[in-house]
Amino acid sequence: SLSLFPFAVGQCGNQVGCRFWDLALREHAAVNKKGIYDEALSSFFRNVDTRSGGDGPDIYKGKICSLKARALLIDMEEGVVNEILQGPLRDVFDSKQLITDVSGSGNNWAVGHKLYGYQYQEDIVEKLRKTAEHCDCLQCFFIIHSMGGGTGSGLGTFVLNLLEDEFPEVYRFVTSVYPSGEDDVITSPYNSVLAMKELNEHADCVLPIENESLFDIVNKINQMINSGKPGSTVKQNSLVTSSAGSAKTVQEKPFDAMNNIVANLLLNLTSSARFEGSLNMDLNEISMNLVPFPRLHYLVSSLTPLYTLADVNVPSRRLDQMFSDAFSRDHQLIQADPKHSLYLACALLVRGNVQVSDLRRNIERLKPSLHFVSWNQEGWKTGLCSVPPVGHSHSLLALANNTCVKPTFIELKDKFMKLYKKKAHLHHYLHIDGMEQSCFSEAISSLSDLIEEYNELDATKGGPRTDPPRLKIAV
Amino acid sequence: MSIVTVQLGQCGNQIGHEVFNAICGDVHGTHGLCSKKENESYHDACKERFFSEEESEVPVARAVLVDMEPKVISQTLSIAARSGYWKYDDRSHFCQKQGSGNNWANGYSVHGPRHKEVIMNLIQKEAEKCDRLGGFFTMMSMAGGTGSGLGAFVTQCLRDAFPTSFILNHVIWPYGTGEVIVQNYNSVLTLSHLYQSSDALLVHENDVIHKICAQLMNIKQISFRDVNQVIAHQLGSVFQPTYTAESGLRYSRNPLGDLMETLVPHPEFKMLGLRNIPQMPENSLAYSTFSWPGLIKHLRQMLIANAKMEEGIDWQVRPPHLGSSIPTSRSTNKPLHFNTSIANLVILRGKDMHNVDLGSFRDPSLYTSWLNPRDAFNAWKTPRAFNKYEKSASLVSNSQFLLKPLDSVVGKAWNMFASKAYIHQYTKFGIEEEDFLDSFTALEQVISSYTIL
Repeated sequence: SLSLFPFAVGQCGNQVGCRFWDLALREHAAVNKKGIYDEALSSFFRNVDTRSGGDGPDIYKGKICSLKARALLIDMEEGVVNEILQGPLRDVFDSKQLITDVSGSGNNWAVGHKLYGYQYQEDIVEKLRKTAEHCDCLQCFFIIHSMGGGTGSGLGTFVLNLLEDEFPEVYRFVTSVYPSGEDDVITSPYNSVLAMKELNEHADCVLPIENESLFDIVNKINQMINSGKPGSTVKQNSLVTSSAGSAKTVQEKPFDAMNNIVANLLLNLTSSARFEGSLNMDLNEISMNLVPFPRLHYLVSSLTPLYTLADVNVPSRRLDQMFSDAFSRDHQLIQADPKHSLYLACALLVRGNVQVSDLRRNIERLKPSLHFVSWNQEGWKTGLCSVPPVGHSHSLLALANNTCVKPTFIELKDKFMKLYKKKAHLHHYLHIDGMEQSCFSEAISSLSDLIEEYNELDATKGGPRTDPPRLKIAV
Repeated sequence: MSIVTVQLGQCGNQIGHEVFNAICGDVHGTHGLCSKKENESYHDACKERFFSEEESEVPVARAVLVDMEPKVISQTLSIAARSGYWKYDDRSHFCQKQGSGNNWANGYSVHGPRHKEVIMNLIQKEAEKCDRLGGFFTMMSMAGGTGSGLGAFVTQCLRDAFPTSFILNHVIWPYGTGEVIVQNYNSVLTLSHLYQSSDALLVHENDVIHKICAQLMNIKQISFRDVNQVIAHQLGSVFQPTYTAESGLRYSRNPLGDLMETLVPHPEFKMLGLRNIPQMPENSLAYSTFSWPGLIKHLRQMLIANAKMEEGIDWQVRPPHLGSSIPTSRSTNKPLHFNTSIANLVILRGKDMHNVDLGSFRDPSLYTSWLNPRDAFNAWKTPRAFNKYEKSASLVSNSQFLLKPLDSVVGKAWNMFASKAYIHQYTKFGIEEEDFLDSFTALEQVISSYTIL
């Protein structure tokens, strides 16, 4: 089996992770009617024989007995993980996959990375190796975390380093929730910039997420549902924000809707690696096609549709609308403006009953309004997966490597410098063993270099195009 | 003599499967509008070429399926078996889990050497099943990582292991506006390497076949399956049994050898294009009649005007007369590019093909001057109709057909290479900038050679 291996680190990471596992089970249940443990399931889940009580050996074929997630849940506070273990997903994890502590990281990257990192390193490596042993072939690690706090940010990036050391050939995708404008954690700029350096150097791909975008999507959906307009009844389980049909039975928490969006992002991202289609797209292909230079690996994601109307047969026009929506800011998971910046590369992962001609028609239609870098004028990577997400007949995930992420990074840098110039709160970090002033200066330097790389590319935008002269052959 | 097909990567496996379907469908579908005896000979010749008889009742395709991820092969094997008409040998496949990531270097430098023994063993086994081995037909796309990179490596291994066998590579040219962002790199690396080990490259362009699906077949929502079925039909029209001049009263037994002999007189020129007419939706066939003179006329004009399909042929293009200036278009006054050929092969299938006048294809002005025009043109025929078309004509051409696409791919790849974008992804697996430069040089040479025909 080809395994995909998520790590949820920190409070935010685990909240998203929880929604992810729930929706993953829901998705596989919808496709896998016979209860057979198949290749698709095996990417995220082991099948364990629990008939004689306790955890027996793995069952590789045949009926589903007990599904266990291939994952590690890491948090330095117990709250969220405990909740998962008491909730409907409790049988999906066992204690060997958890690493918890009690006191948290105090929103301090250094505590997460240097203190807990050092303390739990052996434990993490051992549990990682054990879980990896059950995987025939590891394709990709996912880290789900937030940047602004202490655990997700610090310990999360520590785990990232660890993964590179232990399994250098396995791809590392990171889903990072960046701090929002009204973030109430004062030190979030420090935490984020310190984490950015690690992401720059050790991640293969990063999918930045901003809470504002998630929030906007939730609002947009709520407005639509409550509009009372005729024909606006949605299929509940189609909502990108909904837990309907999943194992979760308790009242949905306020962040659940937003976390479901991120969970759906990950499901769509991995759909073509799990399910069949006429043009498969594995995760290593995403990295290969979307990362033209090693550090420029930050991808803007957009998801559509956000919901399906209950009683509508989808004509082709609606299909084209889906492609247009993917390029509208309403559907992006970060606040950025790709249309007015430079595309380095773009990937379209389509699910459901969509064929190559639909893809081509829409690429031709949308291309003229997008600015692509001179050396990649036709830079599209496409995938067609036959299995649509639950509640939809088709869906589209667009991933763009676009210079529009630059303002996010510039803002982060500015906020960091505001604090750093005054040396505000620095002592909380510097008194942690292993933490020095150079960590800060190196981190801001790394971020500055990254911004500069984007600047250089932006400078080429709109300039005159002169193709380099071709090689001359002596006749 | 038998042909062993090697299907590589998602594309190679998907198309390969459709090819065997088309061949089987042709053999079982109709009696070919000819005598029973003729039909039986055709059937026997086809079976010898593509299938082996095993204990199973159903013919077994002489094929090895290779992919670096399991989903496509798994599907291909099961769909074939379900057809009831043919199947693959359950043991003749090899796959891994993690794919090649659209990375030519990964396919060529990592997967290739790592799995060489297993793959070559499978191919050797298939070769040994043949009474007489007629050569290898490899199927791949250039755009991805497995078909392209591993495909290039396997072709090299085939050449080393079977130095005297014919190797024909079927290569899919990806859509111009991307399926894979690094497709131009992968294409350049593939083509330059194949040129060293392969005898000829038979090319199908996705853009062209897509247009055929849209305009000739009237398909509304074109899927890859539709595209693959058109390609399979076109390949079937070349590889199903025919009488060549040499074979006389029996179906030719050496299709690959015959192909190479007629079309590839010089190793610098290996790019073969394929045209097949007529092409239309099945439900229109009943209402259509065709005449050989009409088909020949169209096919010839498609050749000299480099038309990709039977619609929109530019009839103003004319072969140059010796000593005269380049003909120009009457309306735009621009020089009309005339497609010069090295060699051509026309294949006619259907009744009354005996007396078809092919003189227009023997016109020396169609051909480059350094080859004897008598050797430059060949025709293969059979009265047995192919795949429900009462009459069909195919053209396999070694000409400037692929010059423009080749130049375009090399140009785009060079443009990207100049900025060094994505190069780190290749050097990571052992393909360095010098390797790229070698490939660019090799292809510029091919472009130059075809340009000055």
